Parts: sequence; structure tokens; C-alpha cells
Amino acid sequence: MSGFPQADAQPCPTDDSRAALTLCGAALLADASGALLWPGEGVLAVADLHLEKGSSFAARGRMLPPYDTRATLDRLAAVIERERPSRVLCLGDSFHDRRAGGRITAEDSARLRALTAAVDWVWITGNHDPDPPEGLGGRAAAEVRLGPLVFRHEAQPGAVGELSGHLHPAAALALAGRRLRDRCFVTDGAKLILPAFGAFTGGLNVLNPAIAGLLGPNFQVLLTARGRVHRFPRDRLSPDRGG
Amino acid sequence: MPSPAAPTDLIPPNVAGWFRSRGWAPHAHQLAMVAAADEGASALLIAPTGGGKTLAGFLPSLIELAERPRDGLHTLYISPLKALAVDIQRNLESPIAEMRLPIRAETRTGDTPEAKRRRQRAHPPHILMTTPESLALLLSYSDSDRLFHPLRCVIVDELHALAGTKRGDLLALALARLGRLAPAARRVGLSATVAAPDQLLAWLSRSGRKDGGDVKLVLGRSGAAPYIAILDSRERLPWAGHTAQHAMAELYQQIRQQRTTLVFVNTRAQAEMVFQALWKVNDDTLPIALHHGSLAVEQRRKVEAAMARGDLRAVVATSSLDLGIDWAAVDLVVQIGAPKGSSRLIQRIGRANHRLDEPSRALLVPANRFEVLECRAALDAVREGALDGDTLRPGGFDVLAQHMLGMACAAPFHPDALYEEVVSAAPYADLSRDEFDDVLDFVATGGYALGAYERFQRLRRGDDGRMAVSGPAVARLYRMNVGTITQEPLLRVRLNRGPVLGEVEEYFIQGLTPGDTFLFAGQLLKFLGVREMEAQVAKGGTGDPKIPAYAGGRLPLTTHLAERVRAILADPAGWRDLPDDVREWLELQRLRSVLPARDGLLVELFPRNGKRFLVAYAFEGRNAHQTLGMLLTRRMERLGLGPLGFVATDYVLAVWSLRSPDDLDALFDQDMLGDDLEAWMEESSMLRRTFRNVALIAGVIERRHPGQEKSGRQVTVSSDLIYDVLRKHDPGHVLLRATRADAAGGLTDIRRLADFLARVRGRIARKDLDRISPLAVPVILEIGRERIDGDATDELLAAAAELVAEAMPELRPPPKRAEPDRQGRLL
Repeated sequence: MSGFPQADAQPCPTDDSRAALTLCGAALLADASGALLWPGEGVLAVADLHLEKGSSFAARGRMLPPYDTRATLDRLAAVIERERPSRVLCLGDSFHDRRAGGRITAEDSARLRALTAAVDWVWITGNHDPDPPEGLGGRAAAEVRLGPLVFRHEAQPGAVGELSGHLHPAAALALAGRRLRDRCFVTDGAKLILPAFGAFTGGLNVLNPAIAGLLGPNFQVLLTARGRVHRFPRDRLSPDRGG
Repeated sequence: MPSPAAPTDLIPPNVAGWFRSRGWAPHAHQLAMVAAADEGASALLIAPTGGGKTLAGFLPSLIELAERPRDGLHTLYISPLKALAVDIQRNLESPIAEMRLPIRAETRTGDTPEAKRRRQRAHPPHILMTTPESLALLLSYSDSDRLFHPLRCVIVDELHALAGTKRGDLLALALARLGRLAPAARRVGLSATVAAPDQLLAWLSRSGRKDGGDVKLVLGRSGAAPYIAILDSRERLPWAGHTAQHAMAELYQQIRQQRTTLVFVNTRAQAEMVFQALWKVNDDTLPIALHHGSLAVEQRRKVEAAMARGDLRAVVATSSLDLGIDWAAVDLVVQIGAPKGSSRLIQRIGRANHRLDEPSRALLVPANRFEVLECRAALDAVREGALDGDTLRPGGFDVLAQHMLGMACAAPFHPDALYEEVVSAAPYADLSRDEFDDVLDFVATGGYALGAYERFQRLRRGDDGRMAVSGPAVARLYRMNVGTITQEPLLRVRLNRGPVLGEVEEYFIQGLTPGDTFLFAGQLLKFLGVREMEAQVAKGGTGDPKIPAYAGGRLPLTTHLAERVRAILADPAGWRDLPDDVREWLELQRLRSVLPARDGLLVELFPRNGKRFLVAYAFEGRNAHQTLGMLLTRRMERLGLGPLGFVATDYVLAVWSLRSPDDLDALFDQDMLGDDLEAWMEESSMLRRTFRNVALIAGVIERRHPGQEKSGRQVTVSSDLIYDVLRKHDPGHVLLRATRADAAGGLTDIRRLADFLARVRGRIARKDLDRISPLAVPVILEIGRERIDGDATDELLAAAAELVAEAMPELRPPPKRAEPDRQGRLL
């Protein structure tokens, strides 16, 4: 599978596991895994891994399965293996809380260290992880600027060429009597918000003012569902309750 | 086997006088209940509605408290419905006041204010009326032993509706605990007529087993035999459909001739349709009302009160009226559509008449031709007194987990002692010690194979081997989540900032776009939008209404009735009682094809619209047919037959494909229940829904409390995500075992399917036809109304996206500029 759209690719974006888009002239690919690829710069970006979310709940009495870190790293390792990026940007909230580093199992921790050692790995800081855990490799940064683009955790109103996470965008669609809701990328041409990548991360409907309010009126989503990416304009989407 | 009447001298003079003042004499079964109590024995009373069943349950307690007044909790009454507890309390007030008994009777439910709850624990009433959930909560307090020690009697009402459900599991475990706290307390079960009373005897028994022998069976008088008829419609009988629109004018004439009629339907959507249709022909503007579980509580209470006053001529109702408040003077019960089971029909007919000596009158209105056969089968079954006998499913691990945590909140327990207590509850009688320990491990540390949570344990084992909660936060969390009722999230439906009309499932509203119309609360409404967790609607609107389509409205045909339908089909001699339309239909089938045999399976194969159809007359109910359709199409795919879709009804499965199969015996071989079934079950949305309920009850995920959603979206974890991760990394986990048990046992369709495949083995009759047969017409008409789950979602998504791409080219991906590298990968 190509990291670039093939010359003979169909205009219909649904026949592939990724969709192309441009932001401030940069050619990007939204991957069905939830990762964003920037082939021109060898960049792979993921948002909101929320590692050790399960154990964080367990510490408070809800015995969620402890396998979320393992499941997230499985998926992340697979997309890195496939795409071979030279740089991985994690757009904040990579760890569910400040004590995540103390709860991660030795096995997961070793695996993460191997991943971070292989490329230029940047932990962009988020509200859940203002100080990413030590000893897992990678470097921390508040934001990363590359060419026309800026990568940060939380979108800033009015910013252009900005890629962020934090909001866990999801979109809902009514399809011939049934309803589908899944994670999505959302963009208005000036900024792009990435879906949460973590195994236990839910989604906030893009029609919620928290997301829609940051974007221009005519945004579109790139919905990741069942191994494919589907492109929909805002007016095809359904709200959630209270949304 | 009527019990011998107890000597009337067990009834003290003031009580006997009260009966006389009412112009009554105690019924034999009421005396038998007093006699059982006199011996200190537990008792199961099985009686039809209207036999003074509730009074029979309370009478021994009233007598005992009248004779020997005392303080402290004496009798606990448990009902599946909050409203019923309140209603019974009100009904008990009058005999207590009229006999001047020194008895305080109070209710305690989720609606009881905190101050009253505290007072009730400090100064308990003599009689407490409550629900299984409130009882579980009471038992989780450390002073529960003090509260329940004086208890002498526990009454479980509507036992037939509780046993075999998760709420029943919770209650059975609570009774096991009460057995320890109050060894002197008798148990009393009140039940409608059931096929297998021995299962309920076991449920009530302290041993949890059928041979316990500690519960007396008391049978109420069965009353006069009901008079049941099938509507002999002059209209042409429809081939398909479920709302019997053809019969509305005739039904209306029936209503006109009665004082009060109760019209039962099977789903809430049918209720709305029938209600509308009746009002269209209601030339006399008779007071006809609507009652179903989605309507606002106030509205339902209004309808019930109007009914009790005799102000209404008819009520169109769903199972929301199957249980509960007794009404006098219903002259006729109408069942629209097929009754789906004979026990259910008998219970519904029982609502007609609460005067035992007069026969209940009932009218069955089949909505299509197959339903005529089903109504005939049900009618024969009721005449013979044959009931559907389903075996009660074993208790759920999720409920046990919740109970264990509750018991630990009350006081530290020793696992050996708790195990002994738990297996004395009938649903858990066969629970192995290993299973018990697995559930205990889940409660204590999550029970994951990875074992990562030792330091976050909720239960801690003390030096004496007893398990105790690790902190007060654990008990707080338990009390917030007690209960086993899990349901689709509901949205209130509000009329133009005016009154709330009721509630509908969230997913239904999400399928609407502003401007869509739908029938609800008996009116045509226009959907305006969702605001503040409420669906805003206006009256009126134009266009075809989208009928509310609710979850869980459809019950599958019972095995027992299915057998009877097959028998009717196979016996042309018995067809003379059937309506002309139906008889001609069956005659034509005999001429053009063959009739399905009583045993075995008829499979018809014919071409239609360029496709090959396969119609299997399995008669195993919609759910089993859905599963069969899924498995058959998987196998046909592998055989290269190009299956395109399938549709299932209660009676028939139809599959269409590019090519017809050669070997039907191989196609229907039992081995489809192996790997294919496993694979399909793991993927199916049914299992995901089941897992969500299990995870909620077991306390892994939080209940969605109203108002939490907005802020909570990102901190709660969806059960689907947990399911996917757990399935992959810990497939043997106790929560997944509980989910599979629920899906396989609770829904029974897999078991039905297995029995079916075994039964038809070597008995498949193949009939190749050059065109559709008469019997196949109804199921072919269903095509297009039914959705096929699974990969169809992909196609729909792709189609929707393509449409968008076609209509809005500006959304297409930008023209390519960059060139791919050698490997087509990122650098």
C-alpha cells in the first residue's frame, strides 16, 4: 500500500484505507488507523494515546481490563512498521495521568522504549501529561513547527496550518435506518484535528460546539470505520443527544 | 391438586368480621396460606389474576401481628414494579385501618426520600414494601443484621415474572442472605399460572433445589374457562404485516358493543398504529386511550385511573399492562397479532375479568395468514391448558459479582461461608467452587490473566481468611451502581417547550432529521431537534410518519406454539375451521408445491427476478432464523453460491443468491454451529450489547446518569472498546464467559437452532419450483422491510460517500503533486 495516492487513484475516496488532503499546501494522508501521515516530511502523527487509562480506573475501583496500553502499542507499532516514518509526533495526552509511568508494566515499558529509540520521537505535552514520564525515551515539547504546519495538543482559535488532538473527534451518520458513529479526522482547510488513537478513548461528536466552534462553517470529516476512511461534509452528519 | 381447606378457626374474630362486613368469605387458597403460615412453612401460591392473591399473601402476617403485636420488621414484600409496591401499600391501608390493626406498612423504593430511608432503618415499619434493588441496597449496610433479624415473612409478588431474569438472580441471592440473617422467616411466592411450578418451588426453597420439600404448593381456584374466539373477518386477510389494519372497522364494532375493552398488541409501534387506526373510524368519539411503556408516567397513571373509574371504553396497550394494578370490569380482551406464546395469552386474557366465576372473554385478531395459524394453535393450547415451559436460565456471574461486593460492604465474609450461602439460591445451585472463586477474584482484583491490579484490590483478605472492602470508596461505588436494570438510553419527548409526552430510545431519535414526522403518544409529531437532552417536537407535519421502532418489542414464537402450527399445516382435515382465504392459500400450496411436514424441513428453491431463492420452513422463531440465515449465507459464500441476502420471519427463512445449492443435507449440516457460529457470535452486535449489560451490572463501566454525558464523554470508556480489547487479550475472562452464557442461554435461539438442525437431519424435503409458491409469498413480501446486518454497513457507507462525492465534487481529494518513492512508503 502506497504512502502516496497513486496517479490512477479513483476520485472516490472510499476505495482505500486512507484519504488525501492538503493543509497550507502540505499533502497529508488521513490513515484508517487514526494516524496522520505527512509523506513529504516523513512524519507520522498520532493524538491522545491515553496509555494506562485502564489502570487509572482500576486505581479508583473500576476494574477495567489492563490491556489497553498493550493494544494501543500493537496498533501504533503496526502503522510505524508499515510506514517507516523518520519522525513520530504524539500530540499530547499520550499518558492518561501523571502517575501512568509508575503503573505501566515492564513489558509494555520495554516495548515503548524500543519504539522511541528507533526514530525521532516527540512527546508533545497535553493536559493529562504536562510532564511525560521519564525513562521511556523520546523528547518532550510544547509544540512542533515544521514548514507551514504547527503540531500541538489543543487547537487555538484562529490558528492556521495547525494539527491538534485533545478533543477526540467522532462523527455520527444516519444510513438507511441505521446509525454509525466512529472516530474521525475533522478539518476546515485551516486546521486539522486528529482522532484519539488510544484503545480506551471515546469520541466527542464534531457537531458539539467544543469542536464545531473552533472550525469554519464548512468543515468536513474523514471518518475512520472498519478499516476504511470515508469523507463527509458537515451537513451529512448527525448530532448526539444534547449535542 | 387443591390443598385442603384450613379450619376457619385459624382466622381470628376481628379478621373474620372484616371479611363479613365486606360481604366476603375467605377463599380456600387464602385459608390454605394461613394454615401453611401456622405451621411455619413457606408457600407458593399459584392463582389466576383476580383471585385475591395479594391478600392471601398478607393475610397470615396481618393475623399474626393482630394477635401478637410487636415492634420491628415483620414482613417484607418485594415486587418487580415500584408502582405495584405503592399500589399494594395503598390497598393494604384500608383493611389495616378497618380492622384497627396496630400495623405500620411503608414502601421503600428508589423514589423514597433520604430522610425517610434513614428513619426506616432506625425505626422499621412492621411491613416494608420494596423492590429487589432496594433490598440489595439495604443488605449492603453494616446494620442489616439488626434490621432483618426480627423478620418473619418474605413475600415475593409476580414471582413468575422475576424468576429466570437477572433481577430474579439478584433477589434470589438477597433471599439467601436473609435466610442467614432471619432464620425464622418464611418465604411466600405469589405467581400467575405457569407450566412448571416445580421450578418456582425450587426458586423459593431454602435448599435452592426441587427436592427441597420446604415449600407448600397452594393452588387458587382456576375459575371459569375463558371464552376465546378468532375474529372472523369479512375483509381479505393480508399476506404480511403486523398491524391488522384490515380489521379495524370490525374491531371498532366489537368495542362499541362492550362496556370496556382491553386491546393488547405486541410492540409499542403497533400500539401507536392501532390507536391511530381506531380513532380514524371512531365515529362515536368513544373514549379510547393508549398505554405503553414509553409514555410519560403521569400520562400512564391518568389512563389507569380513568380505566379504574370506568371512564374509558377501550385501552390499546402493550405488555406495560401485563403486570400490575388490578382493574375490575374489563368485558373483552383483544389480542392483535399473534400471541407468540400460550402462557402469555392466558395471562393477558386473565386481565379481562376479575370475577372468578364468570368466564373471561377474549378475541384474537390475526394480522396476516400465518398469524391465523398461530392464533389457532394458541387457542387450542389455551383450551387444553397447555403452557409454554421454558427452563429457567442459571444465574449470571455479573449479578453474583455485584452481590459479592454488596455483601463485603455489609461485613467481611469468609469465602467458604458465602459459597455455601450462594449455592442455596436456586439460580446458583449448580455453581461450582471454581466459578465462584473466579467471580470472587474478579471482584477483588479484576481477575485478569495479566494480574496487574494486585495493588488496586477492592477486597482484601484478612489474617482470618475473611474478605473485606479495601476502603469506603468501594462501598460508595457499589451503592451508586446497584441493580440489574440496563436499558437503552432514553430521551424525553417534549412538545414545543410544553409537556413531556414520554420517552423514546436515543437511537430512534438519532435516526431522525428535523422535519421528519413520527407517531408517538397517539399523535403525529414533527421532530424539531434535540435540545438539553430532550427531543423537541411539534404537533402535525406532513408526509409518511416514521413509526417509533423500539428495541425489545418483538418476542419470538415459542417452541411449543411452533410445533402446533406445524401440526395444523400437516393436517388438511383440520383446515375446515380456518377462514376461507387461509384455507384456499394452503390448498393452493398443496397443489403447486408441497406442505411442510410435521417433522422434517421443507426447502423450496425457485428463481425470481434473476436471482435464486431458497425458502426454508423452519418455524423456529425470528431470532433462531436470523442466526440460521447468517450461518447459511457464510457457508454459501464459501461454496461459491454468491449469497446476496436473507430475510427471517417467525416462521420462515428466505435466502437469495446467484446460484442454488446442490446438496441441502450438507448445507444444513449441524457442523455450522461450530466455528462459523463462534466467529459470527464474537462479531455480532448482539454480543456487544450483552457485554455492555454484563459490564454495567458487574460494575466495570458506569451507568449513564442524566446530565453526565456532556462532561463525561471523554472520561468514561465505551463498553465496545473494552470488549474488543478484552476479547483479544484475555478471551477466557469471567466477564466474557458471563457474556457468552447470557447470549447463548438467555436468548435461547442458539439452543433452538441446535435442536432444529438435529431434528431435521436426513429429513429435508427439497422442492424445486419454476416460480414462487403460495406459502413463500409472505416472506418474500418482507424483503426490503428487513435490514441485513453485517457487511451491509460497509456497502451503505460506501454508497453514502459515493453519493456525496458525486453531488459535491469539491470534496474530492486534491490533485496529486508529489510522486511516490520506490517502495511507495514514507521515508
